[in-house]
Amino acid sequence: MTAVRWTTGVVGLVMIGVGLWSMRAFDADQLVSMLVWLAGGVVGHDLLLAPLTIGVLLLGTRLLPARARPAAVVGLVVWGSVTIATANVLLGVGGRPDNPTLLNRPYLGWWLVLTVAWWIAVAAAAWWSVRRGRPLRDA
Amino acid sequence: MCLMRLPRVEDIESRLTGPRTASRLGLWLGAAFGICFLTGIWSHLQQDTPGWLSIPTSPASLYRVTQGVHVATGVATIPLLLAKLWAVFPRLLVRPPRGARRLLLHVLERGSIAVLVASAIFMLVSGSLNVVQWYPWEFSFRATHYAVAWVATGSLVLHVAVKLPVIRAALAGPEPASEGLDRRTVVTATLAASVATTVLTVGQSVTPLRRVSVLGVRDGDGPQDLPVNRTAREADAVGPALDPGWQLTVAHDGAERTFSRDELLALPQVQERLPIACVEGWSRSADWSGVRVRDLLDAVGAPPDVDVRVESLQRRGAFATSILPSQFCSDPRTLLALGLNGSTLALDHGYPCRIIAPNRPGVLQTKWVTRLETLA
Repeated sequence: MTAVRWTTGVVGLVMIGVGLWSMRAFDADQLVSMLVWLAGGVVGHDLLLAPLTIGVLLLGTRLLPARARPAAVVGLVVWGSVTIATANVLLGVGGRPDNPTLLNRPYLGWWLVLTVAWWIAVAAAAWWSVRRGRPLRDA
Repeated sequence: MCLMRLPRVEDIESRLTGPRTASRLGLWLGAAFGICFLTGIWSHLQQDTPGWLSIPTSPASLYRVTQGVHVATGVATIPLLLAKLWAVFPRLLVRPPRGARRLLLHVLERGSIAVLVASAIFMLVSGSLNVVQWYPWEFSFRATHYAVAWVATGSLVLHVAVKLPVIRAALAGPEPASEGLDRRTVVTATLAASVATTVLTVGQSVTPLRRVSVLGVRDGDGPQDLPVNRTAREADAVGPALDPGWQLTVAHDGAERTFSRDELLALPQVQERLPIACVEGWSRSADWSGVRVRDLLDAVGAPPDVDVRVESLQRRGAFATSILPSQFCSDPRTLLALGLNGSTLALDHGYPCRIIAPNRPGVLQTKWVTRLETLA
């Protein structure tokens, strides 16, 4: 176990070293920009997205009956993840006016349709769970 | 227990987060990162092939599959990474231990996790923005995505080494009985989110899903039923490509021959059905017609074992020249294409002629070709 851990750890460190070595030709502007984006992702997640998610979950715990919560969690995880994963097309960034083959769908329209349909389905599932039996113990 | 009492973070952590959830999500995340890393390295080797490596020309769709898998897995990884970070987020609130040695180990562990989280998020964000061709940064996408991939994957391997006892205990222990909202709900929902994201975006690579992938970057349409990655206008190739005096030059060891487009059309024409597969993940098969590159090289007496430099008319952007290794030059499916899907090659697809070869990244299928020259 210890040998496996040490070997794995050394492989990881060597791979990190290969990555850092690959950056040797980057100039100062490139390095600074890369570091800003590396740090930006962590800051955006830890200070914005994660507290927001926990806030929504706490609110859900307060407002929803226990039997409705599994459906609500599935609803939030799927809807939130899909929205974030497709933010690149939803935000209206990128693309080029001379290339109509890129970003050529009505993304916000489709996202709205999917959002409404999804939350109707989630609400129906939650309602069905609540009606099906007596409430579970408080979680 | 009163339903309306103010809940604490610990209430959620105990049921939904913690090592059990983190380890199971970590298995999926590790597999996804492994696939992205290996397919990414393969793509890098295709574009910067070292001397010791000979890229095979078959199967013709190999790069289409590896790069499609690379981008689709990257997209599917986003829900996994979000859920994994959320599952361990309460750990951020853990107080550092007392004592210099334990504190140092704690700081080192936290530091390595910070590198892992930062590089993992960076990979997914930079990849997502690359596929929509938005570059709001000062670094080169390809070089940086490649370098940070090593850091991210290395940090992941190091993280597994550090956490191995925790992971083993979490995966081996009996599952506590529960009903309603529990770990399984979170893991199942995350996997469902990955599948949903994939289905909604993967149509650019998996043609039968084009109509279903309503949030995909491309719907697969374009001139001659094929999308375009870089237009002639963007590459600043419109003027020289439409010049009626355009000629193709084929050169070998001091000998040169030139061909007008009509002269190329008068040579024996071949049809091949080959995919075009972009590094950004989209791909489609098409019917290409034109002259075998091998026939053109024979016209100047080039031997079969030479590499060829392909020069484009494009005056802007990377990949204005590409190297076509000898095995691709010798493959009878490698064409200097003059037509596409039954009609004259469109300007944005490389008119007057372009290279199309099996198992090659789209950026190396050089468009608006003006010169083929053998390398000594």
